[in-house]
Amino acid sequence: MKKILLILSLFLFSYKNAYGLITVDITRGNLDPLPIAVSPLHVDPKSEKLSIFETVKLGGEISKIVERNFKSTGLFNPLKKDAFVQKPDIAHLKPRFEDWRLIKAQALVTGKILIKDKKLKVEFRLWDLTAAKEMVALSFTTTPNNWRRVAHIISDKIYERLTGESGYFDTRIAYVSETGPKNQRIKKLAIMDQDGFNTKYLTLGNELVLTPRFNPTNQLVTYLSYFKNMPRVYLLDIETGIQEVVGAFPGMTFAPRFSPDGKKIIMSFAKDGNSDIYSMDLENRVVEQITKHPSIDTSPSYSPDGKYITFNSDRSGLQQIYVMRSDGTQVKRITHGAGLYGTPVWSPRGDLIAFTKVRKGRFYIGVMRSDGSGERLLTENFYQEAPSWSPNGRVLIFYRETKSDSKGKGFSAKLWSIDITGYNERRLKTETDASDPSWSSLLSK
Amino acid sequence: MSRGLLFSFFFHTLIIYLTMLTLPFMMREPIDLPPIVSVELIEIKDKTYIPFAPKARKIIEKVKEEKKRVVSEQAPPASKAKEKPDRIPMPEDKEEIKELIKKKQNPEEIKPKIRQASEFEKEELFDTNEIAALIDKAKEEQAETQRKKDELTQSSVKNSFAQGLSLSEEDALRAQIFGCWSVPLGLPYDKDLLVRIKLKLKPDGRILKSEILDHARMNTPGQSFYKILAESALRAVRICQPLKVPPTGYERWKELQLNFDPTEMLKG
Repeated sequence: MKKILLILSLFLFSYKNAYGLITVDITRGNLDPLPIAVSPLHVDPKSEKLSIFETVKLGGEISKIVERNFKSTGLFNPLKKDAFVQKPDIAHLKPRFEDWRLIKAQALVTGKILIKDKKLKVEFRLWDLTAAKEMVALSFTTTPNNWRRVAHIISDKIYERLTGESGYFDTRIAYVSETGPKNQRIKKLAIMDQDGFNTKYLTLGNELVLTPRFNPTNQLVTYLSYFKNMPRVYLLDIETGIQEVVGAFPGMTFAPRFSPDGKKIIMSFAKDGNSDIYSMDLENRVVEQITKHPSIDTSPSYSPDGKYITFNSDRSGLQQIYVMRSDGTQVKRITHGAGLYGTPVWSPRGDLIAFTKVRKGRFYIGVMRSDGSGERLLTENFYQEAPSWSPNGRVLIFYRETKSDSKGKGFSAKLWSIDITGYNERRLKTETDASDPSWSSLLSK
Repeated sequence: MSRGLLFSFFFHTLIIYLTMLTLPFMMREPIDLPPIVSVELIEIKDKTYIPFAPKARKIIEKVKEEKKRVVSEQAPPASKAKEKPDRIPMPEDKEEIKELIKKKQNPEEIKPKIRQASEFEKEELFDTNEIAALIDKAKEEQAETQRKKDELTQSSVKNSFAQGLSLSEEDALRAQIFGCWSVPLGLPYDKDLLVRIKLKLKPDGRILKSEILDHARMNTPGQSFYKILAESALRAVRICQPLKVPPTGYERWKELQLNFDPTEMLKG
């Protein structure tokens, strides 16, 4: 009897639901920047006073850095602080969500700072204002000197929580600093935070330097410089300042880059007008020739899994981009469009390859899939090249030169960044003219 | 005995249930046409043709008659000029002049009565609010009856044919949510990005309850993107409220399911 009743009730239930719920498919959304309020971090009155900065102003300074980071992405719209409705200390404890919603904010960042025993303790919270709930809450303790990095780490965590991909704010950029007139340029190796602060010069400018590249742990930089009037690939330890020539090649080496595991350096070696791609193991110094072709093969770049290498070669008559297995087999040309293609760089995500294209005297920075399909040119200019990926594979940094007049005036070289969607093109502030940028991976992983 | 009875009961219930399920499908599905709205084309004229309530009609007729009378009494001065100046006025004439003067002294009394023909100015025309109220009431009653009639027709049509929203209703809702949904850009577009949200709505389109149908995926390892996507979808719905739902048929849409899927958009 019970069974029958159960079956009956099941029948009746299924009948009730025989007419389905109204469903509406939403397949599009907007790409408008998300309105976010970054409240100044509350400074605990018990905090010690330090000579390196005004402790009272530290909360405001950190929130400004976070705001600038968000603004630079083009994905967030930090709201003006004049409209803020709650004091930082109270907002950090429990925001009045409905009040913050009034100023059209969808997310809120609050925080608190305490300096005690010469240690800086920073905690922050991210609030979802529409759902009226906390999304993330973290706390860091570090030396007070690292306060800028703390701001970048907070930015990364919030970015990750809201977009679903890792951030790129706690990173550095290595580049070639340029000063002086065009025909007598002094080029130094420089390194700075991704927002243009904390610039340090790693070489004195006595020798020409080109194409610096970070290793995966960001401790080493490989670059091209001159040794006995011969261009050679160098390796520099940023912490110790020790530099060395990579390998005992009987000729010119250039275009170096680390393998994804950081154990090898891949580069071009030129001899008798022919250049091929070689790799060198940094542990046992064993050199391996990867390409063997009577043409110029250069600008090699590993795929993130280390299984493939992309490079450019003029073996077809014109400079084009190729992909091969990391042992040099299965070489396949992937670009077939009109114009010259060069400087291929594999995205950290692995799905795209960035490149420079030259066509009819104009320079383009573009991206395409690793099989050469889906080519998209992101930006066009008089002269620009050398794209480098942000660690999350969303932004490209490159350099752009301006045309000089007949007397050599008006020339400049600046760093620029662009989103892979082709939007949000921005110039990066550098102390001097700059070229050949290389983006590090995240410092705090 | 009891076993047979139970078997019979079960069998009969099954037949009834199958009949309930299958009969609607056996019926020929009627064509889903929008309800016919009859429109009467009228020529715009100086005079209104809107029917008045019987009481108001009587008053209007009376006023019209009065108007006729007034016009006839108001002889134009030009005709007077035709009279001989040396003519001695007779006693009847004096009375007529007096009347005329009286009328001329109070032109306001006449004017509004002439303008009674305009329906839009009825309140000014009749100082008697009572009459206006009567007219209005008569119209209101008429409109109410018509509305009820329409409602019955519409609801019966929708209940019998339409189980979902009409295309335009669905488009309006979709367009509204498009504007509110900030899609997180870091999502892996080669994975399943479908987020299904079930909503219970108030009659004004505000959200009574929202529920993520695949909630278990929110905390599944390796699916952290799903949580971010689901949160963004919920945020969109909350920002958008009140949702643009049809003004009628609450029973139809009081429960809605929204399927958010940004795959096509992210693939570009």
